[in-house]
Amino acid sequence: MGYDFDWSSIPGALPFLWEGMKITLDITATAIAVGIVWGTLLAMMRLSSLTPLSWLAAGYVNLFRSIPLVMVLLWFFLIVPRLLESVLGLAPGSDVRLASAMVGFALFESAYYAEIIRAGIQSVPKGQVAAAYALGMSYGQAMRLVVLPQAFRNMVPLLLTQAIILFQDTSLVYVSALADFFGAAYKVGDRDGRIVELLLFAGAVYFVICYSASLLVRYFRKRVGA
Amino acid sequence: MSYAWHWEVLLQPAASGDTTYLGWMLAGFETTVALSLAAWLMALLLGGMVGVLRTVPGRLWSGLAAAYVELFRNVPLLVQLFSWYFVLPELLPPAWGDAYKQTNPFLQQFFAACVCLGFFTSARVAEQVRSGIDSLPRGQKNAGLALGFTLAQTYRYVMLPMALRLIVPPLTSEFLNVFKNSAVASTIGLLELAAQGRQLVDYTAQPFESFIAVTLLYMLINVFVMAGMRWVERKTRVPGYIGGK
Repeated sequence: MGYDFDWSSIPGALPFLWEGMKITLDITATAIAVGIVWGTLLAMMRLSSLTPLSWLAAGYVNLFRSIPLVMVLLWFFLIVPRLLESVLGLAPGSDVRLASAMVGFALFESAYYAEIIRAGIQSVPKGQVAAAYALGMSYGQAMRLVVLPQAFRNMVPLLLTQAIILFQDTSLVYVSALADFFGAAYKVGDRDGRIVELLLFAGAVYFVICYSASLLVRYFRKRVGA
Repeated sequence: MSYAWHWEVLLQPAASGDTTYLGWMLAGFETTVALSLAAWLMALLLGGMVGVLRTVPGRLWSGLAAAYVELFRNVPLLVQLFSWYFVLPELLPPAWGDAYKQTNPFLQQFFAACVCLGFFTSARVAEQVRSGIDSLPRGQKNAGLALGFTLAQTYRYVMLPMALRLIVPPLTSEFLNVFKNSAVASTIGLLELAAQGRQLVDYTAQPFESFIAVTLLYMLINVFVMAGMRWVERKTRVPGYIGGK
């Protein structure tokens, strides 16, 4: 082996890396929360009997699912801020990267969540809806009290798996030079000439987090399946 | 807001002098397609083998295959890409590392991106192959073995011909993902479609035209792949199964 490992730059950089991890977690949490709410609405629109609504939702979902996340993020980092500057009259060059990242991820993930939630809603037997209507419930009540609780129960494993994928994908904010966990690790490695160590360290951290989370998903899947 | 649209800017000669900006974009498109197809081929071969290994009796092989899948599924694509591009050449024997660093940068980037996408996708393909094999009735394997086939023959003549046809529909979305994930290669400087789009914004100062064109090209790829895979699905579906005749 020709390479001398030197891990000494990592301990001192831990606070900085933790700051990065907080940004990663912020973006992940926002995207999950918004993604599930907006995704549920999209799924309900898509299943709606009003054709324009369902077309609109289908168009949205298909659009976001057919372009790469990197492309979506570039739109939100390079194009949308300019739009906002001119529409909201922000000072040119104000740092809206974090907000852009959050909005971009939330809108992108909603499309994926919408498909999961749609499948979940469709997995609820039709008789449940009929029974709810027969009891005199409105559409909103039937959805809120009967369909969605059962659908979400079935979807927990898939939603969590998607959350793990999302957590990994947040590293792509690298394209905006935003210092999320990966960005922070890369910056430290670049500064100290220790890219190899920092990349391997970042990879290990991601692996531990995502693998533990996937074990948790497996546990939930067993419980739901039981 | 007022924005001056200038679509004709795409037809102007590019800064490199030998082509137009549209030419740059199409060169990026070609790189994206070549990269994705090469990575997909690699992912199918590797993923097929690993997926089969996950289902064979014996802890060792299935354990190794499971570790392979978990490794490539639980590390972000970007970290994997940077590892192939920045870390691997350092860890190779110095002579190899130096030789690698002296090759054409485009080839280095293309190679790193292709290997990265290939391994990353192969873990997902392996999971599909495994679930396809697991979905077969157990009697198929037993019948094969009872007829005197070896385990390898049972896989070759009984299980895989069924399993591989059953997993064509879920593989469609993995195939689409390869094209989408290939955009990550722009981060190591490979001039594929997304990177060209970014470059066009800088050179033409017409961000909307450049990005809309690039986005449309990605959607075009999507449409073509979907149509192609639908044809494959029709050709390979198993009569008697859902979606079959």
